[in-house]
Amino acid sequence: MSFFHPFIILSALLLTLLPSLSFPQLKVGLALDKGGRDDKSFNAAAFKGATEAKEKLGITLKTVESSDDISLEPTLRTFAQKGYPLVVAVGFVQKDAVEKVSQEFPKTHFVLIDSTTPSPNVRSIVFKEHEGSFLVGALAAMASKTQKVGFVGGMDIPMIRRFQMGYEAGVKHINPKAKVINNYIGSTSDAWRNPSKAKELALSQYNKGVDVIFSPAGASGLGVFDAAEQSNKLAIGCDSNQNWVKPGKILTSMLKKVDVAVYQAIELETRNAFQGGIFDLGLSDNGVGYSLDEFNRSLISKEMENKINSIKTEMAQQKIVVPDYYIQMKKN
Amino acid sequence: MIDIFASALRLATPLIFAAMGGFLCERSGVATICLEAVLLTSAWTAASVTYFSHSPFLGTAAALWVGAMTMSIHSFLVTKTKADPIVSGVAVNLLALGVTPILTKLLFGSPTNTAALPLSERMSSELLLGLSFLLPFLLHFMVYKTGWGLRLLAAGDGPQALETSGVSPAKVRYGAMALGGAVVSLGGVYLSVAHASQFTREMAAGRGFIALAALIFGKWRPIPAFLTCLFFGLTDALQIHFQSSPLLGTTFPVQALQILPYLITLFVLVGFIGRAKPPLAIGKS
Repeated sequence: MSFFHPFIILSALLLTLLPSLSFPQLKVGLALDKGGRDDKSFNAAAFKGATEAKEKLGITLKTVESSDDISLEPTLRTFAQKGYPLVVAVGFVQKDAVEKVSQEFPKTHFVLIDSTTPSPNVRSIVFKEHEGSFLVGALAAMASKTQKVGFVGGMDIPMIRRFQMGYEAGVKHINPKAKVINNYIGSTSDAWRNPSKAKELALSQYNKGVDVIFSPAGASGLGVFDAAEQSNKLAIGCDSNQNWVKPGKILTSMLKKVDVAVYQAIELETRNAFQGGIFDLGLSDNGVGYSLDEFNRSLISKEMENKINSIKTEMAQQKIVVPDYYIQMKKN
Repeated sequence: MIDIFASALRLATPLIFAAMGGFLCERSGVATICLEAVLLTSAWTAASVTYFSHSPFLGTAAALWVGAMTMSIHSFLVTKTKADPIVSGVAVNLLALGVTPILTKLLFGSPTNTAALPLSERMSSELLLGLSFLLPFLLHFMVYKTGWGLRLLAAGDGPQALETSGVSPAKVRYGAMALGGAVVSLGGVYLSVAHASQFTREMAAGRGFIALAALIFGKWRPIPAFLTCLFFGLTDALQIHFQSSPLLGTTFPVQALQILPYLITLFVLVGFIGRAKPPLAIGKS
């Protein structure tokens, strides 16, 4: 025992020193919002991108989930104080926190997902939701037998209006005569987590002859899926691939590729090539898209897929320009 | 037209259960603002137990028990430890808001929602809907026509008098609140395994408070409170309907329609209802 004792202490000391002795790794702080790393949506995608960077690029990753909005700012500040060169903040609720902390620590680099701030040391990443929505709108119009499609938005905010405008344009592109019925769950943040209300809105639309509904509504969207199952109609998921939730009832999902964006930002930092500013990722940057997998393969014919691919090409060539609510809003 | 009424009934059902449970609790003399908490814990329990046991009836039974227990935390804090009922109610609400996502995460790996249930493992909405129509009349009979009910009313209006006659108001309250919690739980069951197919974080979305408003609106009586819930359901259904159909030739902005239920409530409350009288001993410990 007397022999082992100092030996154990010594090896324990060595073990704790080991990480700091090895070659310097890039330290990345990932600050998630309330949804947490398993929200099957936004935060989960960011976590996936960061984990991929950890495996492929050998960075040190520290993830913190904020349980409420008040702890967002202290989390970011702690990362910066501890000398993390890159801090990734996920979700538009972090906008104000990032703006403040990035000014306090001008040498730290920040990535803000889903919102923008003018600080030069912040890489603001937003997505062209309207372009992805255009694609799923076109798919909805092709899948609809009744020429009536629906839209159930979460909270009535400009971002969701942007989804709606792109979706409607996509529907009309395929079938100018098709009718789009639009509904919003609410005008407070309760609207993101009220699946029961979402289901009622969806049932009401299905009863009016709608047979496909697109629902960018956070957790409330699950209520639309329930309505689709009950009425034997179709729904379209949002943000991440939700095809598997109700196989055969979900036509497709409109994707925001947060994982790709987070990976890219970390990869740039490892090469000392960080760039601040606002990055608006669209179809051509692989920032948005639609999902096609074994769960919805039977719902999307080869013909539909070809049509979507030709639309994508036309969009890349600027032959199709999807109307953007943000720009329209500024005009008025 | 039939669609609107069907939708109104579906929207009113969880409110009716919550209001009826709240009726039992408040009438026993304890201010109960934690109906929301009971809706959440029971909705979570129903969804989880049904998922693992494949039996919606077992899920419902478990939810009733958990709902009764959640409400019993409140009645224990207020009756035994003499906590302020509003403070205790807020505490229980916060507890439910925190505990349900944590348990969801432990069992299902994600704090946002439990796993979806197939259609065959759902509770029948019609059964619960029917029950919600019987319950107010049953409670009316139980509370106003039986000895147990009169003791409950006495615990709420004159606990000292009840004590003088040799009955412990505390015991009456424990019983009434556990039963009330179980009744509210039916609303939670409806939300997670009858109307929806899983529990979603914070899915009660304020229904516990709306039910409380309905109870006050109905002057703490079961049948008027029940009618108020139906009325709230109807205004909500109208709001949903007119969002997508033109009214008087124009489509109104969403926000304007969404204040409709509240506006009508305010109007009726100010104009027609008159003074609402709470049980006398409420809020006093």
